[in-house]
Amino acid sequence: MAAVTTLCRDCGRRPPPDAEACPACGSRRIVRHEELHDLSIAHLDCDAFYAAIEKRDRPELRDRPVIVGGRHRGVVAACCYIARTYGVRSAMPMFKALELCPGAVVIGPDMRKYGEVGARVRGMMQALTPLVEPLSIDEAFMDLTGTEALHRGSPATTLAALARRVEDELAIAVSIGLSHNKFLAKIASDLDKPRGFAAIGRGEARAFLSDKPVSLLWGVGKAMRRRLARDGVTLIGELARIDEAELVARYGRIGRRLALSSRGEDDRRVDPEGETKSVSSETTLDTDIADRGRLRSILWRLAETVARRMKKAGVAGGGVTLKLKTADFRIVTRSRRLKSATQSAEEMFRAAEPLLERETDGRAFRLIGIGAHDLVESGRIAQGDLFGGAGPSASRVDKALDAVREKFGDAAVVKGRGFGVGIEGQGPSKAE
Amino acid sequence: MKLAIERAVLLKALAHAQSVVERRNTIPILSNIRLEAADDGTLRLTATDMDLEAVESVSADIEAAGATTAPAHVLYDICRKLPEGSTATLDATGDAGRLSIACGRIHFRLPCLPPEDFPAMSGGDFSHGFALPASELRRLIDKTGFAISTEETRYYLNGVYVHGADADGAPVLRAVATDGHRLARVDSERPDGAGDMPGVIVPRKTVGELRKLVDEIDGAVRVELSDAKIRFAFDTVVLTSKLIDGTFPDYERVIPRDNDKTLEMETAGFVQAVDRMAAISTDKSRSIKLAIEPGRLVLSANSPDSASGEEELPVDYAGPAIEIGFNSRYVLEMARNFDGEKIRFQMADAVSPTIVNDTSDDRTLYVLMPMRV
Repeated sequence: MAAVTTLCRDCGRRPPPDAEACPACGSRRIVRHEELHDLSIAHLDCDAFYAAIEKRDRPELRDRPVIVGGRHRGVVAACCYIARTYGVRSAMPMFKALELCPGAVVIGPDMRKYGEVGARVRGMMQALTPLVEPLSIDEAFMDLTGTEALHRGSPATTLAALARRVEDELAIAVSIGLSHNKFLAKIASDLDKPRGFAAIGRGEARAFLSDKPVSLLWGVGKAMRRRLARDGVTLIGELARIDEAELVARYGRIGRRLALSSRGEDDRRVDPEGETKSVSSETTLDTDIADRGRLRSILWRLAETVARRMKKAGVAGGGVTLKLKTADFRIVTRSRRLKSATQSAEEMFRAAEPLLERETDGRAFRLIGIGAHDLVESGRIAQGDLFGGAGPSASRVDKALDAVREKFGDAAVVKGRGFGVGIEGQGPSKAE
Repeated sequence: MKLAIERAVLLKALAHAQSVVERRNTIPILSNIRLEAADDGTLRLTATDMDLEAVESVSADIEAAGATTAPAHVLYDICRKLPEGSTATLDATGDAGRLSIACGRIHFRLPCLPPEDFPAMSGGDFSHGFALPASELRRLIDKTGFAISTEETRYYLNGVYVHGADADGAPVLRAVATDGHRLARVDSERPDGAGDMPGVIVPRKTVGELRKLVDEIDGAVRVELSDAKIRFAFDTVVLTSKLIDGTFPDYERVIPRDNDKTLEMETAGFVQAVDRMAAISTDKSRSIKLAIEPGRLVLSANSPDSASGEEELPVDYAGPAIEIGFNSRYVLEMARNFDGEKIRFQMADAVSPTIVNDTSDDRTLYVLMPMRV
């Protein structure tokens, strides 16, 4: 076995492996790992990001449980670690969170502020390597391979310095996972949270994964987990013992990915372009709604939001997904492929409307959303349409509406079917 | 109801009926076929999906008149597997609620549902009626059917638009289908009685079932229609269908008038070449490129994994050099139905709708939307 290498996270020196505290700075935050200085793919995740920013800006809240999210209804967008000790988790419905932690301070989200802080963290990452692949506002992959000479230190050393810089300049904490691929780096960043630093090396990957549940793997959601369980596989180790060919035969293309990741392998590169996979918009309703007409109006406004975002991003969607959450928190998603990719709110709405029609059978819903997936660059919509999408007039109307909104704001002009429905007034709308 | 019927006769009728019956039904009786034996020696088989109804009458040895309904696909499957040349006895008089099928030492019992519950498609009043030769009906369907849209969002394109029109002053019965990327327009001599008929959109499934049923018909097909329904009667079959309730777009608007770049070549050679190029044009777009210059066409294709191919063809073309792309599948589905020797493309530029013709057939016109290549 290779010798254990070390890193003091507070001064960047390498204390002896058996030292309890760093002889140079006295810190006890010493990382010990056999491959520590040989690993270069990192996942950086901000700790309780929204809540941490709110606590930073309102020091009087430092020792109180803080939840960021919709006050009335809606869900927990983020919660601080004090709130978590009560069992509060993000994405939990707010009323449930407040049952668990009645003393929590609930703060409405200030997405602009979070966006600014997120951009600064990203900037610090990009100063170290161009290979930064953002996953969301507060987490990203970094590939620091070959930066040792430039930064005069191993990737681990560079990352520890980055974490200190974020804490010093932005007064929020991050957790870092370090490994030799994205899959393991992401798992590692979760091991030592908050303010964490953990590494998973090549030598230990398989043993580390073997007793973990398969749901940890990329691509294993609820349905896949059930399928695997039916076939007698619940742990990653059990999966790793099955031949790759057998997995492909059983589960199709995802079989290869399962085989790879069960062995701790992942050949995806850190891609700074970080392909957007979907554009969506959803809203939690103020009160549960069963009425088809009202849901349609809201759906239309959401479709308009998605269309506008797609146009801004220069992409078009090849498929549309309708998302609903029932009053008893069951999530329903229904998708439909489009014959040709579109950026038009009208076309997306027309595709999603029959899906909504089928679901509105009297059940009340607390959340509705629409998304476009299978994105293509809009410049590459290869095949024109004889009738110009939803009719040439419709797309000209779309363009005119967009132009007016760009100038005077979203509420300036509204299509009849969306009139009288304010999405903004529906509590926090989460969109990614 | 009790009767004896030749397996071959029953099988043919069931084959027709069961394809109308949807595989999955929320209303149980829609999975069934209605059997009705009359004293005059006919067995009527009725299948429906509520939008389309097929009724077929066949002769049988009727012992007791009456009616019942039984699961269509199971009945068909059983019949298919009975020995060739055998005769089957269908009996719904005994065991209540069950249809017994006997054939020699083979015996089946199928659950039945009451025939009164079987939804009947009211014939209603048809305002127009005419006779169309089966061969013409086949031609109209074959040359348009492939262009029907499958996009549910544009439901009004999910069928063939049949209406009366004038072609250079001559009255014609015209069939048009489009999915927005291509358009097929076919004319047929306007039969007596179709003069002032309303334009109707015949649904895709009806078109498909009809095409199967008229495959071996020689004579004429009787067509009756109103603005909500259409009925085709021929041989022993009556097919009644709802029409798509929508407005077919003004297709004439998208047929270009001034395309000045005309390309002509041999159809067979062109189709083969496109088919060859399609072998590597495997991405979703299936695009092929036509690089055209006077006297010469170079067809080419590229795949995302950097395979490529090209083929040169002699052509009649005198215009400026142009490069234009098409979906190879669209080209093939269209040109495979061409009967003549030559195919003609009339183009404006690389992005505008292109007109395509079979030069031997001035009653048929296609419009293809080019692809960016």
